[in-house]
Amino acid sequence: MSCGRLLKRALTSVKKDGIRTAAGFAYIPQTPNPALGETTKLNMFQSINSAMDIAMEKDSSAVLFGEDVAFGGVFRCSLGLQDKYGSARVFNTPLTEQGIIGFGIGVAAAGTTAIAEIQFADYIYPGFDQIVNEAAKYRYRSGNEYNCGGLTVRAPWGAVGHGALYHSQSPEAFFAHVPGIKVVVPRGPIQAKGLLLSCIRDQNPCIFFEPKILYRMAAEEVPVGDYTLPLSQAEVVRQGSDITMIGWGTVIHVLLEVATMAEEQLGVSCEVIDLQTIMPYDSATIEKSVQKTGKAMVVHEAPLTQGFGAEIAARIQESCFLHLEAPIQRVTGWDTPFAYIYEPFYLPDKWRCFEAVKKLRDFM
Amino acid sequence: MLTLLRRVRCLTPATFGFSYFHHDSVRDEPTPFPGVTSEFTKDLRFILPEEVPTIPVYRVLNSQGKVINPDDDPNFDEDDIVTMYKFMIRTSIMDRILYQSQRQGRISFYMTNFGEEATQIGSARALKFKDVVFPQYREAGVFLWRGYSPLECMHQCFGTAEDFGKGKQMPVHYTGAKVNIQTVSSPLGTQIPQASGYAYALKQRDSSACVVCYFGDGAASEGDCHSAMNMAATLDCPVLFFCRNNGYAISTSTKEQYRGDGIASRGIGYGIPAIRFDGNDLFAVYNATKAARKLAVEQQRPVVMEAMTYRVGHHSTSDDSTAYRSVDEVNYWDSVDTPINRIRSYLTDKGWWDEAREKEFRAAVRGEILRAFSTAENTKLPNPLQIFEEVWHDIPEHLQRQKDEFLQHMKEYGGNYPLDACEDMK
Repeated sequence: MSCGRLLKRALTSVKKDGIRTAAGFAYIPQTPNPALGETTKLNMFQSINSAMDIAMEKDSSAVLFGEDVAFGGVFRCSLGLQDKYGSARVFNTPLTEQGIIGFGIGVAAAGTTAIAEIQFADYIYPGFDQIVNEAAKYRYRSGNEYNCGGLTVRAPWGAVGHGALYHSQSPEAFFAHVPGIKVVVPRGPIQAKGLLLSCIRDQNPCIFFEPKILYRMAAEEVPVGDYTLPLSQAEVVRQGSDITMIGWGTVIHVLLEVATMAEEQLGVSCEVIDLQTIMPYDSATIEKSVQKTGKAMVVHEAPLTQGFGAEIAARIQESCFLHLEAPIQRVTGWDTPFAYIYEPFYLPDKWRCFEAVKKLRDFM
Repeated sequence: MLTLLRRVRCLTPATFGFSYFHHDSVRDEPTPFPGVTSEFTKDLRFILPEEVPTIPVYRVLNSQGKVINPDDDPNFDEDDIVTMYKFMIRTSIMDRILYQSQRQGRISFYMTNFGEEATQIGSARALKFKDVVFPQYREAGVFLWRGYSPLECMHQCFGTAEDFGKGKQMPVHYTGAKVNIQTVSSPLGTQIPQASGYAYALKQRDSSACVVCYFGDGAASEGDCHSAMNMAATLDCPVLFFCRNNGYAISTSTKEQYRGDGIASRGIGYGIPAIRFDGNDLFAVYNATKAARKLAVEQQRPVVMEAMTYRVGHHSTSDDSTAYRSVDEVNYWDSVDTPINRIRSYLTDKGWWDEAREKEFRAAVRGEILRAFSTAENTKLPNPLQIFEEVWHDIPEHLQRQKDEFLQHMKEYGGNYPLDACEDMK
């Protein structure tokens, strides 16, 4: 089939079904830990809303600010919070990411819990200096006299189907390289609520990237109460014995589907690991898995070179060299900006992941 | 000359109100737009910056140290003003000794405060201890005034184990929790939006305190400064944006730094009250800071303050300013009209100071500073394992691994490293 017709088909199916299909994925609802009690069906923006609601209720100092958060936010994450907590605690800021993050550092330095929203991760860069040179070093450079651990920066992240260059980015690799901060990416509503609460309460400045495509399409039973999920702990989402698959955020659902395909079509058993915290990351869980399987692949939407997959691959070969039976595969976005109409061809979709499984299976 | 006169033309409050309407323009009806509260006009008229009067410089003392208008005299008692004078001298002597020590290779780097002693001591005196200070790097006088000792400064400059910052930063990057002053950091202007945020949080707990943020004429060009002021204005943050306009950002003079009327003129652009004053006039600095503080606290809003002064010293020990400015220019501010000289004149006129006391005090301070220097120079450096501490609140596993690797390396190769200068590794 010609490229043009393939593209047309891909785009038509996007329009028809309302979800990305040709290069897309189906969200696989997660099940909550029954020990966490009563649940209700929530999508991801609702579960994030719940996390912030609980955080602000329990911590009377906590403030939430950023562009457009007052009316509920462009993704509705802060719906109802200004009504509930008042405009001194939930407020709009002028349009300035460097100001928002610098301001947030100051709020946190004063001992107040600060939740700073950046409207899209693609726009976090004006605040990069404040994050790298200030937030990450605030405690260290002061000999622990001061800290801004009460700061959490939240930003919508990742491919959304039509986001193009400036509404699709996954910048976690830039921030993983900065000692002093934490970087977290949830794969769905249950994780988003628990991990966000952990970030807000963590004593280090945290960056919480929220896969924006999951805000509405990802819905599942989410515990209504106050619960946290541990940071720096990866989760084995699907057990397997032949291949270790490592990812975070949206791509976990692609990997889960590929694992099923691999089992049904190739007889290959895949273990899917959600890293959850990018920095500091849980390499022990990865190592344990690779020592079992000998074959590993890392998948992320961000471009290949210097993506976080490179760090994981380096760590695996360093710690599991003699266990490896194949080179570590990385299935990622291409080393290009995230081009609009080409999204189905850009993302590390299930076919590219499936191919990687075959490469790993067939290597030796 | 005419241009100069025009620019320094004195303004009455009425003319300083400055109307954008031509005197015979017909005012139309009010505007309905959400973005402004104003009136329509039929006049197509540009606002030319060169036609707007520059903001005058408030002062109390003339260059001979005489109070111009007795109503403005803060009327300090003898003890008070002599103490302030002494702090100005101490800052200056500490600077001289530490600068020289860098030239001798005993510390690696230093930045002096010459010429800005009144800006620092006068403003510090007007603040309350509970007012949080965000410094840039040329505010050592503020640290000393609040109770940071020269010895503590030197521990930081040498990076010893006694440094509150644990040897993490290069000289003059003091951290002052002891004196309610935030840590100095090298990136310029980053402290300004942090000050806005801190003030926002502070006012929820204590509406009688404010934040004071110092920065220079160069740092004021940073985007962070603009963002900070705009946010402080929209969010009603009680913060004093204290600009030390000392004429230079390393070699870049203010003529190359901005085209507008300094930093004070930007206040109105953000909806922030502004004041410009003589930074070399201790009394003007004190009065202006006291008034600005009152405004900020009572009205819970920011204030832009511009202290006009002169950077007598080089930017730092890495700079030789003779490369870009005349010795005559520096000489004027270093000997003809200095903040220290003005106060000395004032004190001498009052009979509260004389040459003998000056000589005696200077000798005593020199002795104190040199003793502190010797102590710091002979203090051990921190345990090298400190490198790995306090990056995160708790040390994560991957860094612990690196720390273990480091320890292993030191076991075998430790003899090649300056461990004798450090406290023991444990």
